[in-house]
Amino acid sequence: MSSISADHSSATAPAATTNRIIQPAWVRIVHWINAVAMILMIMSGWQIYNASPLFSFTFSRSITLGGWLGGALMWHFAAMWLLMVNGLVYLTLGLVTGRFRKKLLPITVDGVVGDTKAALTGKLSHADLSTYNYVQKLLYAGIIVVGILIVLSGLAIWKPVQLQWLTAVFGGYEAARYVHFFCMAAIVGFTVIHVVLALLVPKSLRAMIIGR
Amino acid sequence: MGRIRRLFIPGVDKQLLVRDATKLMPELSRRRFIAGGASLGALTLLTGCDVTDSFSAESMLTQISKFNDAVQAAMFNPNTLAPTFPESAITRPFPFNGYYALEDAPDIDGKDWKLEVRGLVENKKSWTLDELYKLPQENQITRHICVEGWSAIGSWTGVRLSHFLQLVGADTKAKYVWFNCADVDGYNSPLDMPSALHPQTQMTFRFDNQILPRAYGYPMKIRVPTKLGFKNPKYVVSLEVTNDYKGGYWEDQGYNSFSGS
Repeated sequence: MSSISADHSSATAPAATTNRIIQPAWVRIVHWINAVAMILMIMSGWQIYNASPLFSFTFSRSITLGGWLGGALMWHFAAMWLLMVNGLVYLTLGLVTGRFRKKLLPITVDGVVGDTKAALTGKLSHADLSTYNYVQKLLYAGIIVVGILIVLSGLAIWKPVQLQWLTAVFGGYEAARYVHFFCMAAIVGFTVIHVVLALLVPKSLRAMIIGR
Repeated sequence: MGRIRRLFIPGVDKQLLVRDATKLMPELSRRRFIAGGASLGALTLLTGCDVTDSFSAESMLTQISKFNDAVQAAMFNPNTLAPTFPESAITRPFPFNGYYALEDAPDIDGKDWKLEVRGLVENKKSWTLDELYKLPQENQITRHICVEGWSAIGSWTGVRLSHFLQLVGADTKAKYVWFNCADVDGYNSPLDMPSALHPQTQMTFRFDNQILPRAYGYPMKIRVPTKLGFKNPKYVVSLEVTNDYKGGYWEDQGYNSFSGS
């Protein structure tokens, strides 16, 4: 078993031993609401992208939502509320309960390099699900930042007049569209890795459903 | 195909016939939208409603879209001006955009054209182009943002709509100014009164210092830099001040009616 996991579990031992719950109920609830909201946003977003593509490709209609631009916009601007409210609940509780600090910090370069090597050589253990390795910490912290960026860049292209200061932060309307697209690509990339790993370590999926 | 071709009566314009027939059929894109909504089983998680009844998905989305109208109206600040740009930023050529080709766009004779003024106004007289040209005009270089996502910067010159509404004694406490256009199928669009009174909302007569070309809505376009492009009607023939929501060409098909930017 990896010594890395063991080291970290000692740091969070009190929480882990007094209560076997790995993922508290609020984490599980916001996680699955987020999964639904993200899927709706991404699939409708692809249909919106198709109306005026930024690159030389479009998304197959079979993986888009809404049927046409008007329908996709309706889905996108409806799921937006779900995503934003759920995201705010997640960020608030993550900060207030200290979960972000306990689970995601610190992230060190040595730790990330070491764990990446361990992962690539098959030596990274998932024996203790209550602690994240450095690669997980980096990815989870990173995707939270991307999540904030995609919402802000989305607001910037939705309201480039009323929120023009925000649009200016992204370098203007056109630039904000690209930021929004690349954040989507990062989230899709993250999701693919996330789902593959969850299937490879089924007990992590169980923990995200029943908590332990 | 050959059999279908034989069905056409000689002397009938096939293109016109097909176009008329298409109009009689249900809107294809709308049907696609409904199908798209119905296929999403996950919706049950959100609403508890039966997704096999696809209309419930559509009506839920329509309700949220109306809620979004209200949120955008609340976000709208009448004093916030749309960003303006230098002349060097103007997109040339500025794109023609329509749901029809340019050759099908209204071709209006400015001498015959009159702007009809209806509804909650004191003076309902029609206005000729010459009369409108004599009103004080100003120029603005702003970004036009299409609902599709693309954008282009243009230079528009015309009369403040708020000035005109004041001139005809419009009830500016009414909810909407509803525009009708010369397009064959009667393009129309409602504009909420706060947006109509915005200082940059313009009755536009010139584009890039030239008389408004046919492509951009000759003889008069309503330029609303605080709205998406489809809320900027071209080839306008009448405006009506009203408290009734009368729908619009794209609004009726599902585009969010406020569509502010």
